[in-house]
Amino acid sequence: MVIRSKTFRESYYEDIKLFQTVWIRVWIFLFLILLATLPLWGNPYVIYLINLSCIAVVAALGLNLLIGYTGQISLAHAAFIAIGAYTTAILSSKVGLPFWACLFASGGVAAAIGFGLGIPCLRLKGLYLAMATMSFGVVLENVLITWDKLTGGVRGINVAKISLFGYPLDSDSKIYYFLLVITVLVILGIKNLVRTRVGRAFIAIRDRDIAAEVMGVNITAYKVMAFTISSFVAGIAGGMYGYTMGYIHPEHFTLLLSIQYLAMIIVGGLGTILGSIFGAVFIILVPELIKGIARFSELLIPALKGKYNEEWNIAAFGLLIMIFLIFEAGGLHGIWGRIKTSFKNWPYTY
Amino acid sequence: MDQLEIKNLTLAFGGIVALHQVTMKIRKGEIHAVIGPNGAGKTSLFNCISGVYKPMEGDIRYEENSILHKKPHQIASLGIARTFQNIELFRHMNVIDNLLLGRHHRFRSGPLSGVFFWGRALREEIKHRRKVEEVIDFLEIEKVRKKTVGTLPYGIQKRVELGRALSMEPKILLLDEPTSGMNVEETEDIARFVLDIKEELEVTVIMVEHDIAMVMDIADWITVLNFGSKIAEGTPFEIQTNPKVIEAYLGEGS
Ligand SMILES: Nc1ncnc2c1ncn2[C@@H]1O[C@H](COP(=O)(O)OP(=O)(O)O)[C@@H](O)[C@H]1O
Ligand SMILES: [Mg+2]
Repeated sequence: MVIRSKTFRESYYEDIKLFQTVWIRVWIFLFLILLATLPLWGNPYVIYLINLSCIAVVAALGLNLLIGYTGQISLAHAAFIAIGAYTTAILSSKVGLPFWACLFASGGVAAAIGFGLGIPCLRLKGLYLAMATMSFGVVLENVLITWDKLTGGVRGINVAKISLFGYPLDSDSKIYYFLLVITVLVILGIKNLVRTRVGRAFIAIRDRDIAAEVMGVNITAYKVMAFTISSFVAGIAGGMYGYTMGYIHPEHFTLLLSIQYLAMIIVGGLGTILGSIFGAVFIILVPELIKGIARFSELLIPALKGKYNEEWNIAAFGLLIMIFLIFEAGGLHGIWGRIKTSFKNWPYTY
Repeated sequence: MDQLEIKNLTLAFGGIVALHQVTMKIRKGEIHAVIGPNGAGKTSLFNCISGVYKPMEGDIRYEENSILHKKPHQIASLGIARTFQNIELFRHMNVIDNLLLGRHHRFRSGPLSGVFFWGRALREEIKHRRKVEEVIDFLEIEKVRKKTVGTLPYGIQKRVELGRALSMEPKILLLDEPTSGMNVEETEDIARFVLDIKEELEVTVIMVEHDIAMVMDIADWITVLNFGSKIAEGTPFEIQTNPKVIEAYLGEGS
């Protein structure tokens, strides 16, 4: 092949670097400083919400990898989060393993079961896959309830506190850093994964599976891999959830949770990292927003007093998904993209 | 030397016989055209070679070994690349990523080194990016390298799809109607690329093509299919004067 000389030889690395412009790096750095100092001046309730958001971001990334990147619809995500949470609960309180071992085990057990579920699901697509994974979720919920010797059944199970060099992380603002670090690591890891070989294969399978196969992608292996990695990440999120809550119960991991995660990645943007983050934070904050609006309207219109209940949140999820599907298929990530192009290089707007 | 040998290949869909006892020999380094009216079984033949369809009878041998029982991705890694009649690009990826995907089987790094983006994964990304850039040069698509392929015009998409197949560094390249829907200039560009692929890259080309003038110009050997059966084969000159071929084409009313 004729090789014509090119000037950008050394710049291929520059080309695939994560944060391409100085400003992006500056903004991310400032944002991280903000997050790191938050417990010093932030409201404890805000910290609690950020903790929940971190868990949601991690789990949403795992689901987006499977649905948004690989195109394999799953309604079993809550089940894998549950597997992670219960693994952490059992290993931390009954066996007494340290937190890092519990988290790895949570990911590992969830990944192994995800691998096992991925294989029979290979032949299924679309709605059939959704049904099969949903059934798995229902079965697992029942297992958690009936296998009460191991899981505590309907009584639930406690999760031991994390202790870091003998120092217990026993409050929201202490566990905050722990969650933040894991979340940042998972974001970076998945971002790297999707921009390299494996991620390209996932996207290729989603866009055109036959072409991907003819181009040399072993789609069987990669679909199972997507299931496995997605479950691993869900398992980690489950472990984070267990440590944050201190107590878990089968009812925390119902089909509704899977649907909430679906809502997060649709609202945020399918097949994008930033979208998973936006969507997760958004869906965590929406109930708070609705609660706030309800309180406020109660003050204005006394007749509304006591009308607010959790069901409103569920209705809001449904409505949000509809709005995003109809008006903004790109999700929050799409909206963000448009904002960004109008603010490119801000504060230097030309 | 025969690089690819197709022996008594038969493929049926229910009652429809897409291929009937087709036998072909493809010599290394040649441009081998497969022509025939619509529905003759040309695309089905390609699908059998690349492992998407499993024939009922017959054999396909690549460099002496049967590839009949191999999966599509295994056949790809043996060095058989193809393009599709209707563009089958990965719409949401940019041109570079589509081409990099073509090199998928040449990567060795797995998910773990991908996650950390260091060591082998990083080195491989850069190494293969360099290779992909050669293909981009070769096909003169520098200007669109970072564009999402779904947004590109049809003619360019066709070229990108050719690029994706070339990125595989194949030994045999199957082109299914590479110039369909193109104007005269674009067709000439493709003809030039196909000749370069044969001469500079020394890749064997099997090409399904409706533009008979182009086929006669660049093909070394032609096989004619009609209703799933081979009705003629030979050099362009022999095919042009073959009464069976003339009948098949005129009989279709074109
Ligand atoms: N997947 C399929 N299912 C059913 N019939 C098919 C399929 N693929 C091809 N055929 C049939 O096989 C015959 C040959 O088709 P094809 O190989 O596409 O022809 P060509 O590419 O020469 O136009 C046609 O009659 C077509 O309808
Ligand atoms: Mg065809």
